[in-house]
Amino acid sequence: MARKVLVFAEVRENELRNVSFEALAAAKDIAAGGEVIGVVAGESVSGLAETLFHYGADRVITVENEKLKAYTNDGYSQAYLQVIDSVQPDAILMGHTAQGKDISPKLASKLSSGLISDATGIEIDGEDVIFTRPIYSGKAFEKKKVKEGLIFATIRPNNISVLEKDESRSGEVVNEDVEIKDLRTIVKEVVRKSTSGVDLSEAKVIVAGGRGVKSSEGFEPLNELAEVLGAAVGASRGACDADYCDYSLQIGQTGKVVTPDLYIACGISGAIQHLAGMSNSKVIVAINKDPEANIFNVADYGIVGDLFEVVPMLTEEFKKVLQTN
Amino acid sequence: MNIYVIMKRTFDTEEKIVIENGQISDEGVEFIINPYDEYAIEEAIRLRDDNGGEVTVVSIGDEEVEKELRTALAMGADKAVLINNEDIEDSDQFTTASLLAAYFEDKEYDLILGGNVSNDNSTGQVGPRLAEQLDIPYVTTITKFELDGEKVTIERDVEGDVEVIETSLPLLVTAQQGLNDPRYPSLPGIMKAKKKPLEEIDYDDLDIDEDEIEAKTETVEIFLPPKKEAGKILEGELDEQVQELVKLLRQEAKVI
Repeated sequence: MARKVLVFAEVRENELRNVSFEALAAAKDIAAGGEVIGVVAGESVSGLAETLFHYGADRVITVENEKLKAYTNDGYSQAYLQVIDSVQPDAILMGHTAQGKDISPKLASKLSSGLISDATGIEIDGEDVIFTRPIYSGKAFEKKKVKEGLIFATIRPNNISVLEKDESRSGEVVNEDVEIKDLRTIVKEVVRKSTSGVDLSEAKVIVAGGRGVKSSEGFEPLNELAEVLGAAVGASRGACDADYCDYSLQIGQTGKVVTPDLYIACGISGAIQHLAGMSNSKVIVAINKDPEANIFNVADYGIVGDLFEVVPMLTEEFKKVLQTN
Repeated sequence: MNIYVIMKRTFDTEEKIVIENGQISDEGVEFIINPYDEYAIEEAIRLRDDNGGEVTVVSIGDEEVEKELRTALAMGADKAVLINNEDIEDSDQFTTASLLAAYFEDKEYDLILGGNVSNDNSTGQVGPRLAEQLDIPYVTTITKFELDGEKVTIERDVEGDVEVIETSLPLLVTAQQGLNDPRYPSLPGIMKAKKKPLEEIDYDDLDIDEDEIEAKTETVEIFLPPKKEAGKILEGELDEQVQELVKLLRQEAKVI
């Protein structure tokens, strides 16, 4: 069954986010020979249209409006609903990012549709599209589908492979004029705090610290390792509760759930609530003084030792081998 | 000020998950107030203390939820409401939001607070869906809330960055970790809570048909992730272990 699939792409600091390309790849499967339509909205976004073709869009709709300069669910939902109304899609996908999480329930409510949040996998089973999603922060999984009508899902970053970039692909770009009424919420300011610039939920590599880092200064060797690897820095609840770092870094059942290619746990004991947030990472490295620490039960590779000795050595070793390549 | 909190009862975060007959078993499981909802309750109590008014905590579930509602009352909420959904067989986030919307239809509310996600299903849908059904604005993942008359200034966490939002009442907000430190119920609080009103409403009492709120999605299967096998603990001198690890990550695991 060929479907018309709408993908709402997301822009962060004037660039399309990787999860939007992952959504295009998922859309291609769901479209089953139908059409994949990429949508990008903002104050000035037409320059981003071509890239959506390269990653699988058959058609691109741009929505430009000064009221879309900063993201608000109020403004963006008005724009998105007008696009949905003119396209009449069979399915809608977007990233399960801060924006996706914020806006998708509003759209689903307006459209009176179901919504499958935070999908990590997609299967096509005859006429059905079945999504896999974690529950209990990844302690279990469920397979879920929309009963009838519009298929609407948000997909978790880092779980669906992007299509190979094909710069020869191109297509029709349509600019959709939208009317946006007064906004009820206004963004006054955005204070950038994420130091490395790599967002935890999309990071391919994460270096995380637990109580074993002992102080906020104790994160320094972790930051240095992260810098060499282009990684994001995260933390366990223990480290956050002890005030070694900001709560926005917390990984676990309360906090963020992450699935990077590589997770390096430094001085983290491995409480169930932390494991729930990271144990589905592809490869896990544990560095801990205590050979009995629970984290070693989920680690692919472990080093028993003091993180303040091991982490700087690891940073130097990576510097060496990454430079020679 | 009429302040409402929507609260969910969830598994304790330390619980392991057991599947029996295709369903998640709750046998012997410890339940708690969803941790993000605790922030919402705490914030509601503080706002009432500063501005006057009343805090009502609303939850959906069976009679068991009374325990968590009493805990919320012991923290300092004034009233609790349990919407009993035991007779509804087919329910999802659309159902929950619709039940709540039906409850709020004839209520006067200035502010509704909730957690930004529950730690079981973690969809984060119910708050925004409810706001949309009530046609009021909403702000998710908030870490600071300031009220000046009708004017509201909010800080919200956006993937580690802080967004400063201006809006006004009536409003729905969902709490992120860092909003506050929820209090523990005090002994006098627990004693007082026993006498505070806890109303139980059957969904039949709401102006709603079961057909209208039937789930839009369905769960086909629930399963546990494959158990991870214990990995390789490296041995030898520390510098050799480090070299070995880098080699393994590059050549065996191929992640760097």
